[in-house]
Amino acid sequence: MFSTALIVFREVLEAAMVISIVMAATKTVPKRGAWITSGLLGGLAGAGLVAVFAGAIQSWASGMGQEIFNASVMFIAVAMLTWHSVWMGRHGRELSQNLMATGRQVQTGNKSLLALALVVGLALLREGSETVLFLYGIAVSDSGSLFEMSAGALMGIAGGAAMGAGLYLGLLQISMKRIFSVTNTLIILLAAGMASQGIGFLVDANMVPAWGFHIWDSSWLLSDASVLGQVLHALVGYTARPAGIQVAVYLITLVGIVLAVRYIGHPAARQTPTQHGTAPEAS
Amino acid sequence: MGKALHAIVFAGLTLALPLTAAADDSYKLTLKDHTFSPQDLVLPKDQRVKLIVHNQDKAPAEFESHDLDVEKIIPGGQTISVFVGPLKPGRYSFVDEYHEDESKAYLTVE
Repeated sequence: MFSTALIVFREVLEAAMVISIVMAATKTVPKRGAWITSGLLGGLAGAGLVAVFAGAIQSWASGMGQEIFNASVMFIAVAMLTWHSVWMGRHGRELSQNLMATGRQVQTGNKSLLALALVVGLALLREGSETVLFLYGIAVSDSGSLFEMSAGALMGIAGGAAMGAGLYLGLLQISMKRIFSVTNTLIILLAAGMASQGIGFLVDANMVPAWGFHIWDSSWLLSDASVLGQVLHALVGYTARPAGIQVAVYLITLVGIVLAVRYIGHPAARQTPTQHGTAPEAS
Repeated sequence: MGKALHAIVFAGLTLALPLTAAADDSYKLTLKDHTFSPQDLVLPKDQRVKLIVHNQDKAPAEFESHDLDVEKIIPGGQTISVFVGPLKPGRYSFVDEYHEDESKAYLTVE
């Protein structure tokens, strides 16, 4: 029962970290509850589907379908987080002053919420499908009772959710003035970490060069397998033994988003403080 | 959306397409009753190798190694492959994450 709980906990933990950051980042956005709930439900449904079709996904692309699927999930999430960051660059001030009053602004807010709801859904999709497969495996093969399995799973989910709630409540302690600069930073780090994980999957599939398989090894200091290692893996993409290309993609994403926020996200720099459409929209 | 975002996405896509190199060597592992065989697989150092893992159990497994930074689901009865290395000499552990205690096994690189 406890080993079941531990594994479910580890799978839930990563998704819970992502959800907490999204919750904190949208603290004052109207109607965020409905969006995030849709993301959660969509992600859970998706997790079930991915688990059922795991065999089919696996056999795509001469056996590398799983890597391509996982990498795509990561890259879509990175794109959504980038979009949100740029949007926050434009509207963050209004948000922290609670000025989301006009219908148009709420609409723009909805787009950003759609992006973040997708991020929540994708996080659950990936981690959730692994959990479903694991529990299915126990159900078909192990002697343990169904009760023990369910109890273990619930304990694991509760533990992961508690860690997520802890992070969320911690973030809420930050003052209104600073919370968005903290969550914006967290979201950029989250995106960089996901991009690095995404490219890591393609390295596993031999679809991109590794540029050095393990360019350093900090597992003596902080192991990927420890709870802290996993929390940092989920939050900022910590990997004890990264491939060179993972580090490169991490930095490119980090710098790319910061530049995008600076040059696209701040129309104020062009003296056009209107709501939308005035900044150069590169397509 | 932004130029930078496009740049990132396209960089990802173009890198992903053309650079597929065939690995020279592949090594087989079998998973049965949540136990890998061989229990200690010897691999050559400084070489990129393909690991082929066949899950002979009905239950799905997750081939995972923190030492190798690899994580891949193996549905029941299926075979997966994954590329690792070039590895430095040493011992690397891996597990079926779904049965971590029973399944721990090693790669020895020399």
